[in-house]
Amino acid sequence: MNDVPLLLQALRRPALVVTLDDAAWDLLLRQAGAANLMATLGHLLDEHGLFARVPARPREHLDWAGMLARRHRQAVRWEVRLIRQALDGLGIPVLLLKGAAYSITGLPPGRGRLFSDIDILVPEARLAEAEAALMLAGWAATHHDAYDQRYYREWMHELPPMQHLRRESMIDVHHAILPKTASARPDSALLRAASLPVAGEPEVRVLAPADMLLHSAVHLFSDGEYRNGLRDLVDIHRLLEHFGTDARFWAQLVPRARQLELTRPLFYALRYAAMLLGTNVPAGVTDELADAAPAPTLLALMDALFRRALLPEHDSCGDWLSPLARFLLYVRGNWLRMPPLLLARHLFHKATLSLRKPRQEAA
Amino acid sequence: MTAVASLSPAQLRAALAGPGLTLGTGRFTTRLHSPIASVADSIGLLYADYPLLDDTAFADFHLQLTRPLTHRRWLKPQVTLLYDGRSLFRPLPLDQAYPMFEWGLNWCVSSRANRYLIVHAAVVEKNGRAAILPAPPGSGKSTLCAALVGRGGWRLLSDELTMVRLDDGLLVPLPRPVSLKNGAIDVIRAYVPDATLSPPVTDTVKGTVAHMKAPGTSVARAGETALPGWVIFPRYQAGAELTAQPLARADTFMELAANCFNYSLLAAAGFEALAGVVESAPGWRFTYSVLDEALAFFDGLARS
Repeated sequence: MNDVPLLLQALRRPALVVTLDDAAWDLLLRQAGAANLMATLGHLLDEHGLFARVPARPREHLDWAGMLARRHRQAVRWEVRLIRQALDGLGIPVLLLKGAAYSITGLPPGRGRLFSDIDILVPEARLAEAEAALMLAGWAATHHDAYDQRYYREWMHELPPMQHLRRESMIDVHHAILPKTASARPDSALLRAASLPVAGEPEVRVLAPADMLLHSAVHLFSDGEYRNGLRDLVDIHRLLEHFGTDARFWAQLVPRARQLELTRPLFYALRYAAMLLGTNVPAGVTDELADAAPAPTLLALMDALFRRALLPEHDSCGDWLSPLARFLLYVRGNWLRMPPLLLARHLFHKATLSLRKPRQEAA
Repeated sequence: MTAVASLSPAQLRAALAGPGLTLGTGRFTTRLHSPIASVADSIGLLYADYPLLDDTAFADFHLQLTRPLTHRRWLKPQVTLLYDGRSLFRPLPLDQAYPMFEWGLNWCVSSRANRYLIVHAAVVEKNGRAAILPAPPGSGKSTLCAALVGRGGWRLLSDELTMVRLDDGLLVPLPRPVSLKNGAIDVIRAYVPDATLSPPVTDTVKGTVAHMKAPGTSVARAGETALPGWVIFPRYQAGAELTAQPLARADTFMELAANCFNYSLLAAAGFEALAGVVESAPGWRFTYSVLDEALAFFDGLARS
């Protein structure tokens, strides 16, 4: 493996940027751009009082990204309001997940974060009503293929993504945080029951701190797509830094992970956040989670994979094994999503039958 | 400062194929990598006067034009544009490599440079005041722009991207080759005989395309901003009398807004910048058919 990428060094120790020359700034911003972390970097430097010390040219790039992020945040707020209006009358709150939740609550990972869709969680029994209400308000399903419809509705934890006909905004309506076909089945009712209101946004809720962190972890470490891997790890790092100032958060985290069957993803989240971003994890929590670790040989393999796949996808990062690591994690993501026979059937379908028709977005 | 012209054709090709060529393109620095000969030739021809920067200089944009490694390499050679290693557009036929660089660089600026309100418009300056020429493709905007800078003594700020700096409302130059399409290529060859044009490339999405080298003085003055003077919506109409109709400020605003790349992204800041432009620059709807007459009209504006 090469040296630690400059972006990771800067995320761990922002003060480092005052020592950078032009060529190093050039590299840092390219890595940040590739990782979709340009505006996040700008916010981080701002929080550390370093923004004014950035040379003019790189600072302008951070500014450009900041303008986009500000507009994005405004658009998310507006979109959430319209989703709330659409679901008004169903008597279910808008429970926001991931990016939209960080953004609307102003949590640290929300600052400067760009994302393409808004994720909400509704009770499975109310899914059809929520879908109908959203359709009435202008959102339409994007996957019209009968197989894709079945894939989502029978096996996944969300409806096929919906897109607004005029504004083109995307919404993912979830009823759980893992597919129905995955081996772990965190109880969504527990998540909804513990969710918290958002100040100034009536009928809008977000997951409780421990649940929010666990969802972020399970999303990153069960997925097969690591294009935004570092950004998602930064989310985890920033959430841990923020919530971690409260000892109660750490006390609840592992018991809650056990209750929701999410100890393994939590183990990985804490391990790689500490390893790559220097996150402080109390020793007691690490000990408490020791039994969630995979066997030593598997852990060595996972280290080799994640230490590559969680780096910026940029020529200057990783090594010749990085593409292989990403591929193996892609396979793993699918493996975790479905039992072997179903997966074989799904991949067979995708490789043969789906190709005969004009291609839509792959499910 | 060293200029691109200081490199021999062989050195230029070697730089582009190797460590990259770091070009000062107006306000921005671009690092370009390409092993493709036609790219090196057109850069050598059209960017001779541009500052050549150090390999270690901070670059705003990192572009690479290469031939994708597919079987089509042998049958129908293609070129692909990478933005710092990431592919953003469909590959094009190989002979469009140089135009693809120009389009790619326009995209870099218009999709990122959010400290500016960016209008899809040509912009030229005389006596410190600039004429902004927004127009849809086919309206003769680039032809008029090429004539104004090639023969009318106007300074080229840009033929595509008018950048209004949000901090002070001034126009920031981005002088680069002027893109000429179809019939305009021969019109400008005849009207500006000493113009340097790149070899025309046929069958692009915009038809036949050639680029005219920006005047050396415009490149040398790339650091000088200009005040918005006029907003002129030009339209070429064969055989038409020259007409110039004043536009209400609100109409000028709305039409300009419709031609902006990042008006809605900039939100309130975009509104204020655009209001500043229409405050100081009266709008005109302008129809012409004869370039001499058009240039006389523009001269009249500059003198007023």
